[in-house]
Amino acid sequence: MIKHDTIEKNIGLMILLIIIVISGGGLAEIVPLFFQSSTTKPIEGLRTYDALELEGRDIYIREGCHVCHTQMIRPFRAETERYGHYSTANEHVWEHPFLWGSKRTGPDLARVGERYSDDWQKAHLYNPRDVVPASKMPSYPWLFDNKLSGKDTAAKMTALRKLGVPYTDEQISTARDDVQGKTEIDALVAYLQSLGKTHSVYTNKR
Amino acid sequence: MSAFWSAWVTVITLAVILGCAWLLFATRKGEKFKETTEETVGHVYDGIEEFDNPLPQWWFYMFVATVIFGLGYLMLYPGLGNFKGLLGWTSANQWEQEMQHAEEVYRPVFAQYATLSVEDLQKPENAAGLKMGQRMFANNCSVCHGAAGTGAIGFPNLTDNDWLYGGEPATIKQTLVNGRNGGMPAWSAVLGEDGVRDVSSYVMTLSGQEAIPGTDISNGEKQFQALCTACHGQDAKGMHALGAPNLTDDIWLYGGSFKQIAHTIRAGRAGVMPAQKDLLSEDKIHLITAYVYSLSNK
Repeated sequence: MIKHDTIEKNIGLMILLIIIVISGGGLAEIVPLFFQSSTTKPIEGLRTYDALELEGRDIYIREGCHVCHTQMIRPFRAETERYGHYSTANEHVWEHPFLWGSKRTGPDLARVGERYSDDWQKAHLYNPRDVVPASKMPSYPWLFDNKLSGKDTAAKMTALRKLGVPYTDEQISTARDDVQGKTEIDALVAYLQSLGKTHSVYTNKR
Repeated sequence: MSAFWSAWVTVITLAVILGCAWLLFATRKGEKFKETTEETVGHVYDGIEEFDNPLPQWWFYMFVATVIFGLGYLMLYPGLGNFKGLLGWTSANQWEQEMQHAEEVYRPVFAQYATLSVEDLQKPENAAGLKMGQRMFANNCSVCHGAAGTGAIGFPNLTDNDWLYGGEPATIKQTLVNGRNGGMPAWSAVLGEDGVRDVSSYVMTLSGQEAIPGTDISNGEKQFQALCTACHGQDAKGMHALGAPNLTDDIWLYGGSFKQIAHTIRAGRAGVMPAQKDLLSEDKIHLITAYVYSLSNK
């Protein structure tokens, strides 16, 4: 057997042995998921985000919405009563990066689409206290002024297509015109209204 | 999971656990159960030496216990590839059971109120049902209509007796079930900016406010009669069928100042009440209807 001394005095050997020890969990828990149909095959009827929703998603990431809002409904009654059917992996196969989040300061948003009107989403993002007096969510007034140029939208779609998101040539070619001149709030609200609405397998009835 | 990946997971998981156990025993010192040996590890730094002692016993046995726990867990719960575990537990099953249990508990509670009319639910003996409605309102409706149902700009106050679509129980329920789509068109292209100001000024006079100096009320009235009465009515008292508000009272959905009225006329409004039929069960909607009805029918 290798002596403890030998390991401690050969940093390369120690690194190798550490890698072997800590890789067990990842090899057993993570690697097989790359090859399971339940995690790699999209849920039936899943559609891609359109150009405006995709830009809205990037604004969602830029503003750090995922820091306070999850998009992951866990299979507990307390959650499904409030948010709708629990989330499943096959709903998220085209999410790059996924926005499951890890902490809820605000509510889960995985199925917030069409729960509130566009007017409400706008009023709430402009100043949450206008509609929910006790809210501690920040205001996002600049979204109403900033306009989208659309110059990167097609490139984003192309990049996503390389990752397996089935954007069509037509979607990519019209992407710029689809978003150019729209405000950031339009894009973000379009994205929020699409959440949970990109397929219709689960009923959200509670 | 394919047989390959099932085997992959099983082999690695067991190998890791057995590897831990091996490491634990292999590095254990020969002097079993002795608190200390007199041997040192051999190095001396600044006169400080280190004893080459075995792990304390309680510590050693805790490691043994985790290995045993791990193997026991893998026997009972899913973890080894396709092996489902002796308990047959899954998170989806657990959720189903939870839901079934709730159904058994709450179904009779809802059923008790489902057959009562909205009017009957106002009676004191059904206060518990109304309270349920109030809680569901707080969860589902208060973000727009406010915790007390008093609304906000663009979101109707439900506590007054002024209704856009009507305040009868059946109408309230229909609003809840199917939602509503308000459709006030934008008039700036038709009226021009001067026309918008004239009509706005005239609309202000309908509810007894002063006209704005520098606007032509008679032109405002003429345009109002030509364009607005189809929805808001000859007498400007609104129309429930279209959700057109009464303009003669002092209740304003989007504000009653000149600036706010002018903006409404210029750009139009499209308030949306989202349909709840795909979100809430019928029994729940029934109790929420009763609660909303109670807000203006004390």
